[in-house]
Amino acid sequence: MTFINYASREINCKIVYYGCGLCGKTTNLQYIYDKTNPTAKGRLISLATETDRTLFFDFLPLELGTVRGFKTRFHLYTVPGQVFYDASRKLILKGVDGVIFVADSQVERMDANIESVDNLVINLKGQGYDLMSIPYVLQLNKRDLPNVATADELRRVLARKNEPVFEAVASKGIGVFETLKGVAKLVLSELTKAG
Amino acid sequence: MAAPDIVMYEEEFSQIKQIIAKLKLDANAKVVFLVDKNGQQIAAHGEIENLDTTSLASLTAGNVAATDGLARLIGEKEFSILFHEGERDNIHISIVAQRVILVVIFDERSSLGLVRLRVKKASTELADVFGRILSKVERERAVAGAAFESPFAEITDEDIDSLFSE
Repeated sequence: MTFINYASREINCKIVYYGCGLCGKTTNLQYIYDKTNPTAKGRLISLATETDRTLFFDFLPLELGTVRGFKTRFHLYTVPGQVFYDASRKLILKGVDGVIFVADSQVERMDANIESVDNLVINLKGQGYDLMSIPYVLQLNKRDLPNVATADELRRVLARKNEPVFEAVASKGIGVFETLKGVAKLVLSELTKAG
Repeated sequence: MAAPDIVMYEEEFSQIKQIIAKLKLDANAKVVFLVDKNGQQIAAHGEIENLDTTSLASLTAGNVAATDGLARLIGEKEFSILFHEGERDNIHISIVAQRVILVVIFDERSSLGLVRLRVKKASTELADVFGRILSKVERERAVAGAAFESPFAEITDEDIDSLFSE
């Protein structure tokens, strides 16, 4: 649910990073935070446990610049990945404009990825959205680790539609901005349709 | 999309700003601000110079969403008022028209009773304004139909690329 303010000429979009526990959602946000011009970003808020596992969400407001005279802001959220935080995950999807699914490329996390994508579909439906029509991209993270499945294999198992797929190493920043840009493009072009 | 986008027009925006400015004065509050349920700040008034209003908006919405979840668990529709008491400052959070969140921050110069009273009156006025906004959006959509002219109708790939060039 994009918020368009004609009075102050601003447009705000909500992007959610989804994925199983420890797949690198917060790492994506942290990298974006570290690499963004201080004037363009707000504070990175992390509601995490003492061991740095996301408890509720991470939040990063990002100001990207102007499109057609409108100041464009993206609010980036992550969800807690662990299975038992499902109630929190549902809440964060409320009003979402675009979703990035972060997949852990390691072979032994394949089942967790599949479970998480299925969970995303269900929780989106709970908020009245359909994964098939919402702006959505897939990020294959942790490509630098030794025991990873091939990109083709991951794509075959995890892709739900013809979504853009990005390979990434979030801890080193590889593919992080490409992924964000990919979903931003889809969200903004959705606006050209919806009006 | 599941719900209609909120679109804010100049006229209603200035009405909203007037209402919250008056509320700040009447309730003797430090800050009054309005957030939509998704965490987008709509308007703010008061001592906001040293306040991170964007984070405040997002956390407020998270707070309300979590409390809504709690309410449903015990069979309530929602908790329409939340109150957080601090050593110096307090936060009063209420839901207006089931859609936006009204936040009042106040200290010892005011009291919970006064804030509640004034919030009640302001809520009714705000609900009217948001009702008007919604019907306006629907009316414009109905009139324009599929040809509704979006300011973003002509966004190009170059526009988007230029957002990301640093």
